[in-house]
Amino acid sequence: MSTSDTSRRDFLAAGLLAGAALTGCSGNENPFDKAQKSGMITPTGKTVKLLSVDGEVVEMDEAFLRPVSDLPPVSNAEARVGIPGKKFVMVIDLSRCKSVKACQASCNHAHELNPGENWIKVNVMQDAEYTAPYWQPTTCMHCDEPPCVKVCPVDATFKREDGLVLIDSDRCIGCRFCMAACPYTTRVFNWEAPQIPKEMAAKPYSCETSTPQKIGTVSKCDFCADMTRKGELPHCVSACPNGVFFFGDMIEDTVSNGAETFRFSELIKDKAGYRLMEDLGTKPSVYYLPPVNRNFPFEDKEDSLGEKKDKIKS
Amino acid sequence: MEIITRQKIIDDLAPKKFGWRGRVWVIVLLIFCFIGLVAYLLQLSKGLVVTSMRDYASWGIYISNFVFFVAISLVGSLITAVLRLTNVHWSTPLTRIAEIIAVSAITFASIIIVVDMGRPERFYNLFTHGRLQSPIIWDVVVITTYFFISILLLYLPLLADFNILLQIKKRTGSRLNKLYSFFGSFWKNKPEQIKINNRSIQILSITIIPVAFAIHTVTSWLFATTYRPGWDSTNFGAYFIAGAFLVGSGAVLVAMYIFRKAYKLDKYITNDHFDRMGKIVVMLALVYLYFNVNEFLAPAFKMKKTEEGYLHGLFTGVYSRIFWFALSTAIFIPILILVNKKGRKPLPAFVAGCLVVIGSWFKRYLIVTPTLLNPLLPMRDVPDSYRHYFPSWQEWAIAMGSLAGMMLIITIFARLLPIIPIQETIDEMEEHEKD
Repeated sequence: MSTSDTSRRDFLAAGLLAGAALTGCSGNENPFDKAQKSGMITPTGKTVKLLSVDGEVVEMDEAFLRPVSDLPPVSNAEARVGIPGKKFVMVIDLSRCKSVKACQASCNHAHELNPGENWIKVNVMQDAEYTAPYWQPTTCMHCDEPPCVKVCPVDATFKREDGLVLIDSDRCIGCRFCMAACPYTTRVFNWEAPQIPKEMAAKPYSCETSTPQKIGTVSKCDFCADMTRKGELPHCVSACPNGVFFFGDMIEDTVSNGAETFRFSELIKDKAGYRLMEDLGTKPSVYYLPPVNRNFPFEDKEDSLGEKKDKIKS
Repeated sequence: MEIITRQKIIDDLAPKKFGWRGRVWVIVLLIFCFIGLVAYLLQLSKGLVVTSMRDYASWGIYISNFVFFVAISLVGSLITAVLRLTNVHWSTPLTRIAEIIAVSAITFASIIIVVDMGRPERFYNLFTHGRLQSPIIWDVVVITTYFFISILLLYLPLLADFNILLQIKKRTGSRLNKLYSFFGSFWKNKPEQIKINNRSIQILSITIIPVAFAIHTVTSWLFATTYRPGWDSTNFGAYFIAGAFLVGSGAVLVAMYIFRKAYKLDKYITNDHFDRMGKIVVMLALVYLYFNVNEFLAPAFKMKKTEEGYLHGLFTGVYSRIFWFALSTAIFIPILILVNKKGRKPLPAFVAGCLVVIGSWFKRYLIVTPTLLNPLLPMRDVPDSYRHYFPSWQEWAIAMGSLAGMMLIITIFARLLPIIPIQETIDEMEEHEKD
């Protein structure tokens, strides 16, 4: 699945670049002429239609199409600043969660995590003996006072203008101080080499996609910074069949789970939203709606590892 | 103290060749170091996956060992600086032992912290991208400072000894003489030189005290700056320093006994030294006990939900055996032994010292692991191996290798240079004669 995705992306990128090259060149100097004369490229005769960056449809010979390496969409410097004028926020509605874990699966897939590693964990919570148990998915809280950023000795994990806490795995020294500092134990370490194809591992690392994973460095939920830059919802949000996750922008005061959209402030007010471990002063960007009037009765069909029990039996 | 002539002192204290025991000891240490090195090469090629550390127990015995090394190194400042500044003279023969323990321990503290890194080849990032607000950077700064001050406090008192050793060329052999003249040939025992040197030692002795406090306080802050049960404590700096002075003094007791036996130094490291060091260890053990009570009583009295699992684990749960073993060996039994006059004789004092060191090592293990395995949110959606921690053979090999490496530095130092300061002993003796 992922490989076909990337090849399609490569193809599109190649097309765009080639189109840009054609429209960018004046008639006097065709850069492809030289190559053609020296016999490096022989036209196949088949042409393809491409859309140039100016929105113009151009036609060119297939022989000129070249795959280009998949460069990160934004530079490291840009990725460290964030998207101006945004303050991202997530709302997790506990009354809708029945631990389907589609969020987890799509997240693991999108971020090429090693088997057994999860950025999203779905905890079984029971606050006291006689209180009701409920499912509590946890992501990175993207704190406004992030303890992990405070302790990082090399600025490998950083806080952006738009509220996101991301990791530069090309800089991380693997000291794991951030893991000790995070009270939500949200961080995951790449103890062994990532089990991904060589071509994927060779791609340049991007702080926004958090891929490819690098051995000996820390990783964690990134609020899908690459998706938010495109104006799309994070993978967990769109994967959840029950609409548990809402994502949005505090400045726009809007959060959406894809199907429904709410005013963030009203949603939090009406449903009495809260954040985890408020007393620590970490100021998380993830809000929870209490597990009241639940859509599903609580049924724990998982063993303590979080695996479905019937799955193990089969 | 009986009066010994200058010549006799030089004869007794000049470095001697290893006997068969010494050779076997060095070979054993080399084997340990070699196994540790092989294990580390394996870790380098496969990554930290060869350890038993996982996302919850994200630090293990490498970090325990780091804390242990930093702790034991503090004794250099105690013996050379605190006792020197308070005009205590009996400790003179012990200064160099304490200082070489400090230098070798701090060297291996730096090595073991690099071993713990997931990307050791990016170590330079600490300098190119270092951010001052991270306690790790504070640790790098103070540990480096402490290392250099300790090296100077080891080197400056050696200058006069180089001069003496170069006068007995026949005994020491040409290779060692080259070493001595390389490091100390400029020293002519001129009054101005002695004056400058004494003044430098005095200044360094004062400077090293805040730096020593800083290294272990900052090391404790690597834990205390987090929110975790057992680490989230304002007592941590003082608790760590108290423990550090105790383990360092225990190590000095052990080293005193071994050097006295190996080099027949009964006249220089006397029963009186064991008696006095024994009393110091009792005092330090009581201070450490006090900080332990502080560290555990108040949280256990309140029994907050977040601390409950951690405290139960230590006192009655999975860690209780190690916990009570560590407290007994590091504090209770040594106090019981050393509080008696008979217990402060060399052999029982040596046993007490060994217990202190062993107990303290396990205490460092308990500072790191139980806290990490009691996170604030439940452990969930992780493989079963993530819920426990028992070091892998590679971790044991590397940890033992680093301890062997530290002892190897001390052993080689004692082979090359006088482990008891010659000039200072002569000075003391002359003072004594005048009295």
